[in-house]
Amino acid sequence: MRTSEIGLIIVFAALALFSLLVASKAYDPGYGFHAWLFVAASVAAIFAIFNRYHSRPAEPPPQTIDGKPNYNFSQVRFLSLAAVFWGIAGFTVGLYIALELAFPALNFDLPWISFGRLRPLHTSAVIFAFGGNVLLATSFYIVQRTCRARLAGDLAPWFIALGYNFFIVIAGTGYLLGITHSKEYAEPEWYADILLVCVWVTYLLVFLATIWKRAEPHIYVANWFFLAFIVTIAVLVLGNNASIPVSIYSPKSYILWSGVQDAMIQWWYGHNAVGFFLTAGFLAIMYYFIPKRADRPIYSYRLSIVHFWALIFLYIWAGPHHLHYTALPDWAQTLGMTFSVILWMPSWGGMINGLMTLSGAWDKLRTDPVLRMLVVSVAFYGMSTFEGPLMSVKEVNALSHYTDWGIGHVHSGSLGWVGFVSFGALYCLVPWVFNRKQLYSLKLVNWHFWIATIGIVFYISAMWVAGIMQGLMWRAYTSLGFLEYSFVETTQALHPMYIIRALGGGLFLVGACIMAYNLVMTIIAAPSADEIASPGSAPAFAPAE
Amino acid sequence: MTSASSGRSLWVRHQTLEKNSILLLIGILIAISFGGLVEVLPLFYLKSTIEKVDGVRPYSPLELTGFNIYVREGCYLCHSQMIRPLRDEVERYGHYSLAAESMYDHPFQWGSKRNGPDLARVGGKYSDDWHRDHLRNPRAVVPASIMPGYPWLEKTPLDPTHVAEHMSTLALTGVPYTKEMIDNAVADFWAQGGSDEASPDLLKRYPKAIARDAGGDKQQLTEADALIAYLQRLGTQVDFKLYDDKANIR
Repeated sequence: MRTSEIGLIIVFAALALFSLLVASKAYDPGYGFHAWLFVAASVAAIFAIFNRYHSRPAEPPPQTIDGKPNYNFSQVRFLSLAAVFWGIAGFTVGLYIALELAFPALNFDLPWISFGRLRPLHTSAVIFAFGGNVLLATSFYIVQRTCRARLAGDLAPWFIALGYNFFIVIAGTGYLLGITHSKEYAEPEWYADILLVCVWVTYLLVFLATIWKRAEPHIYVANWFFLAFIVTIAVLVLGNNASIPVSIYSPKSYILWSGVQDAMIQWWYGHNAVGFFLTAGFLAIMYYFIPKRADRPIYSYRLSIVHFWALIFLYIWAGPHHLHYTALPDWAQTLGMTFSVILWMPSWGGMINGLMTLSGAWDKLRTDPVLRMLVVSVAFYGMSTFEGPLMSVKEVNALSHYTDWGIGHVHSGSLGWVGFVSFGALYCLVPWVFNRKQLYSLKLVNWHFWIATIGIVFYISAMWVAGIMQGLMWRAYTSLGFLEYSFVETTQALHPMYIIRALGGGLFLVGACIMAYNLVMTIIAAPSADEIASPGSAPAFAPAE
Repeated sequence: MTSASSGRSLWVRHQTLEKNSILLLIGILIAISFGGLVEVLPLFYLKSTIEKVDGVRPYSPLELTGFNIYVREGCYLCHSQMIRPLRDEVERYGHYSLAAESMYDHPFQWGSKRNGPDLARVGGKYSDDWHRDHLRNPRAVVPASIMPGYPWLEKTPLDPTHVAEHMSTLALTGVPYTKEMIDNAVADFWAQGGSDEASPDLLKRYPKAIARDAGGDKQQLTEADALIAYLQRLGTQVDFKLYDDKANIR
């Protein structure tokens, strides 16, 4: 056995024993359940390493075959399917909590599905489970292709892919059991955070080690964005989750920071989870898949340099716009607003670079629904990165903050930009890494595109109306100088908008189900790429591996 | 040097970063460090960040248990605890929130969305019975409410075995819990939840603590009792009749 295999077996055996100890003394049944999951996962990992040892060739896989890089796409295959699975799960939970707001009886008086526990499940499932798996899959693919080198590491890429998804299971089941930090988008408790940090450091090392093996002198622009995403998320997660557990037998920990400092650190993290997870990472996807699919070079290399540095420098400052008119000192609020407005420019630099890459290939939008999805995602990116700076202006924020306008803004970015660019990437990636000639059906992609687009339009218009209406109702006065509406009257007024929003979310989910069907059929029924290359050589239904 | 040639050299110089992943990594770390350092660090040493006010004290053991239930259920996702200094908010909810009022909240519960009203000053606005009915079934008292029911809270008994551990952990983060407070955590827990009158010891350690005999049998304290003890305390610490906001202009 290789030393890496022996070492990992020792680590997992120790983890299994330690988890067993924790399980026996856990203060809380939910935490005990998690400890047992850690035992099961560690034992499964040991078994998998043994199993792999017996079936693998003695020699490590060659770095090149006939002078061509011997790419490793096995994790990419797993991660893209995981992304589809978590996407459907996350959208479904989103639809359910949207319906809970319209029809509170759907909470069924049960702790596990009450809004306060399901809402973090929705946000984590779509951002970290769906988005995270898309980012892992595409970064593993892009870094190999653009470096013309095989992915570094033997077991490490599997540790990242499986460890990350195990982290998601721990985090998500934790929310349902009431195990949470209750910091927005940073809900997982201390032990889940430790697991995430182990996975993330491995991810950074594998990514860097692959870059070090590159056959190209230059590091491609998509990899700059991936690197910024990986490093910054590590810094943010460590800063925002710094906490002290009550005991190793307790799932509960206390964040080091409190009150106003905690608020600032939370939104330094929270806004840059948007800036680096949902923006920088997905811009990297844009910088690879749009040029590939359109078969055109990137519009401007210099623009990509300028907007990369400007974007990562400026984004970090924008957090305080989540805290306008709060007890955060004014100087910090003003800084946050100023930089948020400036941030409009590098954001649109990215949009222009993405859109103008289609110069000379605009006709492809008529015939290629996948490219259309990618391009519309960039248009949504442009729209929500204009709306964001607008909402960060204090006077606008006085109206929009605490209302559904914020929810609408988030969803124009996440459904329109992150969702569509991910769908476009998955439609490209799945045939490539499963060695299929093409997608099962472009017609279904077209259906997905239009149903989801109409869904987004329903969603964001309903939330604009709801948010601005509620904001105005809160501040409405009668002619005698009294507040005109009680709080609950504003809630009642939102009911129709909440139904329209659920309809929009439902359409988006239908679109995603069409995609899942299309991708599964691509894997099991589309002709293999090899078969076309050498007719009659391989059976059509060769296993995907 | 003409601007064109200096421009060209800049693009050429950038190639160093494009060819060296470690330099690129360091460049990224430098670029992302400014915003955080400038916006976060001063909050820890500028004295003006948190107002000097009287009356804000750490949570009593029962209130802390309630706070943790509030955190566990994700109440902050629908209820803010941050009243902005805007005319309508001050009239609807009360005096705008001070940074000092959440200085012992780990984590802060300011929230970012109001599916329900702000709770920063909900303490004392409704009776305990109202809260009990409202938590069991919000629509029993507010027919158009969209809040979930929390009937399991009043069915889940409380066990203060670990509350002292929680307090000593919080003391590590800087909450001024004394050894006396931690040693008496369980006694104070029952003193606040099992009697209608706050004992002198409890009031000495936790001024203004409101004791309530929840149902008479002190062994039957439930999660609802702790949560209500927390809610009834919200926003009541600072006496705004005495508070001089001119003294704290930042």
